[in-house]
Amino acid sequence: MAEKPRACILTGFGINCEQETAHALEMAGARCELVHFNKLQADGGEALGQYQIFMLPGGWAFADDIQSGRVLANKFRFKLQEPLRKFIDSGKPVVGICNGFQVLAQLGALPGWDKWESRELTLMTNRNGRFENRWVRLRTEASACPFAQDMDLLTLPVRHGEGQMALASPKTLDKLEEGEQIVFRYASARDGLKADSYPDNPNGSADAIAGICNEAGNVMGMMPHPECHVRYLQSPNWTERPPKAQEKGGFLSSLSSMLGAKEKAPQDAGNCRALFEGIVESAKKF
Amino acid sequence: MVCRIEVALKSEFADSKAADIAKKVRADYGLDGLLDVRRAHVYGFEDNLTQPEAHLVAKEVLADALSQKFALNQPVEINFAGAIEIGFRPGVKDNVGETAQLAASEAIGRPLEGGVFTSTLYFFYGEAKLDEALAKKISEGLLCNPLIERHRLIRMQDIGHYYANPVLPKAGMGAKGSVFEVPLPDDENELEKISKRRLLALDAKEMKVIAGHYRREDVRRERAAAGLGIHPTDVELECVAQTWSEHCKHKIFNALIDYEEEDETGDEKKTEEKTSKDGKNEKSKKGKKSKKTPIRQKIDSLFKTYIAGTTHKIKSAQPYLLSVFDDNAGILALDEDWALAVKVETHNTPSALDPYGGALTGILGVNRDVLGTGLGAKPIFNTDVFCFADPFYKGAVPPRLLHPRRVFEGVRAGVEKGGNASGIPTVNGSIYFDERYLGKPLVYCGTGGLMPRNLSEGRKGHLKNVKPKDRIFMVGGRVGKDGIHGATFSSEGLHEGSPTSAVQLGDPFTQKKMLDFLLESRDRNLHSGLTDDGAGGLSSSVGEMAQLTNGAVLHLERCPLKYPGLDPWEIFVSESQERMTVAVPAPKAGEFAALAAEHGVEATDLGEFTSSGYLEVFYHNHAVARLNLHFLHKGLPRMHLSAVWTEAELEEPSEEELADAILDGNVEKTEASKNPTLALLELLARPNICSKESVIRQYDHEVQGMSVIKPLCGKKASGPSDAAVLQPLPGKPMGIAVSHGLCPRAGDIDPHGMAQLAVDEAVRNYVATGGDPAHWGALDNFCWPDPVRSEKNPDGPRKLAALVRANQGLAQSCLAYSLPLISGKDSMKNDYAYGGIRISVPPTLLVSVCGVMKDAARAVSSDFKQADDVIYALGRTYDEMGASEYYAMFGQLGAHLPRVRLEDNIRLYRHLHHAMERGLVASAHDCSDGGLAVALAECAIGGQLGCRVHLNHLLCEGKMSPAHMLFSESAGRFVVSVHPSDCARFEAMMQGTPYGRIGSVSEGEEFAIGASHADQSIKTTVETLEKSFKKTITW
Repeated sequence: MAEKPRACILTGFGINCEQETAHALEMAGARCELVHFNKLQADGGEALGQYQIFMLPGGWAFADDIQSGRVLANKFRFKLQEPLRKFIDSGKPVVGICNGFQVLAQLGALPGWDKWESRELTLMTNRNGRFENRWVRLRTEASACPFAQDMDLLTLPVRHGEGQMALASPKTLDKLEEGEQIVFRYASARDGLKADSYPDNPNGSADAIAGICNEAGNVMGMMPHPECHVRYLQSPNWTERPPKAQEKGGFLSSLSSMLGAKEKAPQDAGNCRALFEGIVESAKKF
Repeated sequence: MVCRIEVALKSEFADSKAADIAKKVRADYGLDGLLDVRRAHVYGFEDNLTQPEAHLVAKEVLADALSQKFALNQPVEINFAGAIEIGFRPGVKDNVGETAQLAASEAIGRPLEGGVFTSTLYFFYGEAKLDEALAKKISEGLLCNPLIERHRLIRMQDIGHYYANPVLPKAGMGAKGSVFEVPLPDDENELEKISKRRLLALDAKEMKVIAGHYRREDVRRERAAAGLGIHPTDVELECVAQTWSEHCKHKIFNALIDYEEEDETGDEKKTEEKTSKDGKNEKSKKGKKSKKTPIRQKIDSLFKTYIAGTTHKIKSAQPYLLSVFDDNAGILALDEDWALAVKVETHNTPSALDPYGGALTGILGVNRDVLGTGLGAKPIFNTDVFCFADPFYKGAVPPRLLHPRRVFEGVRAGVEKGGNASGIPTVNGSIYFDERYLGKPLVYCGTGGLMPRNLSEGRKGHLKNVKPKDRIFMVGGRVGKDGIHGATFSSEGLHEGSPTSAVQLGDPFTQKKMLDFLLESRDRNLHSGLTDDGAGGLSSSVGEMAQLTNGAVLHLERCPLKYPGLDPWEIFVSESQERMTVAVPAPKAGEFAALAAEHGVEATDLGEFTSSGYLEVFYHNHAVARLNLHFLHKGLPRMHLSAVWTEAELEEPSEEELADAILDGNVEKTEASKNPTLALLELLARPNICSKESVIRQYDHEVQGMSVIKPLCGKKASGPSDAAVLQPLPGKPMGIAVSHGLCPRAGDIDPHGMAQLAVDEAVRNYVATGGDPAHWGALDNFCWPDPVRSEKNPDGPRKLAALVRANQGLAQSCLAYSLPLISGKDSMKNDYAYGGIRISVPPTLLVSVCGVMKDAARAVSSDFKQADDVIYALGRTYDEMGASEYYAMFGQLGAHLPRVRLEDNIRLYRHLHHAMERGLVASAHDCSDGGLAVALAECAIGGQLGCRVHLNHLLCEGKMSPAHMLFSESAGRFVVSVHPSDCARFEAMMQGTPYGRIGSVSEGEEFAIGASHADQSIKTTVETLEKSFKKTITW
């Protein structure tokens, strides 16, 4: 068996989805370590190079003060910029979820134009001004992102107050489209096509964009939380089709998930597990 | 020179919050000519930033390049008519300011001098003539809480001056640090005066005991030897007051009580009349009571008798109870490897003064309680239950109180910040409305936390292991004047002199860092015990932990302060938030401190635990307190109180009274008593029943990824769930269910019944989602009006009797259900008195239940699943309309409170649970507020499916009118749906319990409940129901 890719899951300073993110990646076959920002910084970021995956989980880094993601982004800029650039330039997968996406966007690593200097897009306060926890659907677009290919419609929750993708101009959208940098769009509950209104597009994002990648495709950020739908029971609708009752507890299913094995029946898995499998798969070559 | 940076959205971006404010200002303050409001964030730097530095900070740290603009030392907007700036008062914690300071110094590469202070600017455009008076009205009514914030008006002509002379709310100037002796005279009046003046909240008797202690020869000798005078120091007196406060010592729950029930003689006639009028009732409760001889009873501590006493009697629970009533939270074993620590707190008084800060600190506080249990538990869920006055309240708001709508919105925002920013999901809760919560809202905050049972080196997760010579570390935030006297202040009613320093703003960021740090410290075996610095601050946390080793030495000058100018007693009792006291074995102190630094957490060594028998406190090496621990913790004299129960004289309303009632002043609704469809739609829209979706969605209820049954359920997530279910341990099928019950209105008829109904409701909710009624625990939270007789409170004995009865009801229910009480808290002074106005909350008991289910995949949600599923009503319906929402809708209370038939109910619950474990139940929903009809409607709204039900099949006791069958709130009932192929097995499992097969789920929109007469039937559509259900609370 090939060695499991090592994933560095960033923690500290108010990041709070590190456990479930690690869990999702481990289910998909990665070996995860939770690493505090200060620990990374301690050796000047050298340690980052030994990992094949870098995850920036969701949370409220620095309490979302000033602007979500900004303070942590600045910490990277002023303290760890070079190691992060090196990691990204090597082509290894870097994924930011929710707050992690906000960090990558504030940093300029997404969309990554002009050596991160471009500020043509940002994540603003939701159109309705509110934090919302709501399940949405995502369609996977044809993009440069190697680990988000050919997936079915994903269902997963958004849980944010500042997730509205705002673009500087229509040209920005063209640029994203041309670079195949749009990875996910919010989809309509009706037909699975691009969402055209609230609540399918929960925050008023431009062109219903929910996730983007850099030009190379290895850095991806998304607002919704895929780590929250890797198990069937995490779905809000699983009680419509409950797993069959077993006469004796769920021993087998617990055993298999402990071993990190893929469960056969589709209903045992949440439909976002494919994304994490994609991430692990694309990390294997490094 | 101060540097001021203003940041605002560029004009092409809409600001929905500012637009809301503009709308309200136009409508409510008569500024018709107002065109628009724009907001700006203001950052005031004490540091003398150079121009390039300021520019760098503004551009790279504070403003978003795409959506925002900024200005240095001048207004960021132009051509406005006027502006109002809202900033904090001096000493209020400015979290954003602290973050900005850190971020700015990293950007410019040097530390900053002084602080950063944030404020918000509102620019008014158009014909908006703002003068001082109007600005004050708008600010205090809409933009700020004057208790912690202040406003300043900026008129166009003043701009030059305003920006040339910036004002920052700097706190705590001037060094202090003095300690005073407080002589305690003999005279009781003088003692009471001292207590009042210093906000000690101790009565004359307690003060006398303290005075007596200091007069003892042996005490004087010891003190002299330690270099202390004969009188108590202010440090000592404050420490004793904190420790002896109602808040910390629960004096009322531990009091000796003489309880009596008054004889109801000479009332026979009325009782008979009632019985005959309601002859269809099974048994009139009053009839029974009147034959009783008067009861007199001596109760030696409510807590020992009814709470702890109950738990100890429940044999079946002992194997899984790891710790009850000892630690900061109750601890249940989940399996051999894991345990759950649970605690529910209240934060009522702070929330009355500042709803946002009060709720926020309440949540963070209970999170710390759980973190501070055993060697530390990781919070995995929050629950929040609120009691407010009607958000649509139209009357005058008494002085110092806020409108219930503002209280609601503030508390909600506090929960949003507290839970969301901490990464702890808010999984369960409710909001209850009653006009008597105008004087004090009730804010219940609960938390459950996961702890490993076995830690490295043979440690048990639930046991502290503090030894003499262990170091005392204070970890987390710094100490300021905020939160001084919180414990004593919450031990009194809200009155003119209530100190505003008791109000605080929590800081989830500091706390989250501390939490991450302490859990790692636990796993690395760096600490031997920890506890929250909550009420009473260090005086109480160190004072309590000192009992573990029988002594402690503390050096207050080592304590990091937010600003200079605190006296030693203030440092000792300040309740500044986000702090924990941690015991660290001396050899590990270095590693502990290093780990703290790695996490960016401040940890300071303040002293050590000893076995001296004393709490010894020093300030710059001078003894400032030396308190005998036995005196401190056991010296408090016990209260001796009297309780007298008189039953309320109540009657059932007549049909005419219902027909004549005008609902909410709306004439069109008067038909509701004759038209059950109308009545159902009205009920669904009532604040106590209506959908709380808009609130729930603003809470993160899924972070940590454990959520299995979420607060909203069904196809469109519009159905209300009965309880939350989490699957906390990856790889293990086990689930945890969390529910609660609360029925304050029932207490107006009988507090005994209220307590039993609250337990039953919590248990029903728990069982309905699949919780196992054999592996569980309950938490009791009493919020009472002052039950101690005084001049201002002549009916204290009846309120105390209500408390006794509620305790008795609770104990009976828990015993019958084998439901152990594992933790609880009481809040006993929920009154408001100002001028001549006195508003007391109704006696309120919150019962929270949590426990284990073997397999979370067997959880059940309340929404109907598919057409043709068979609908059962489980449990028997009685003519018990007392305290129902239906009566309340007509302004009536009634007399016949639902009786909780304990034995019948628990049998039904166990059968239902076994049926669920076998996967036989498609949906289950408890019948509570609004009765059967509302329960059915909620199942239909959740499932987006109709139903056809007929009341002929409902199992009722005696002959009941259709309206009573539909809306009676009899306990012990559920609506469940079962797939037709499972019906036979389901019915076999429910053998021996009362149920009726009342109809079936149907495809499509039609919602029909048939009755023998067509005009007593309900016929409507799911869409209509849903509209009613969702229209009331939209913010």
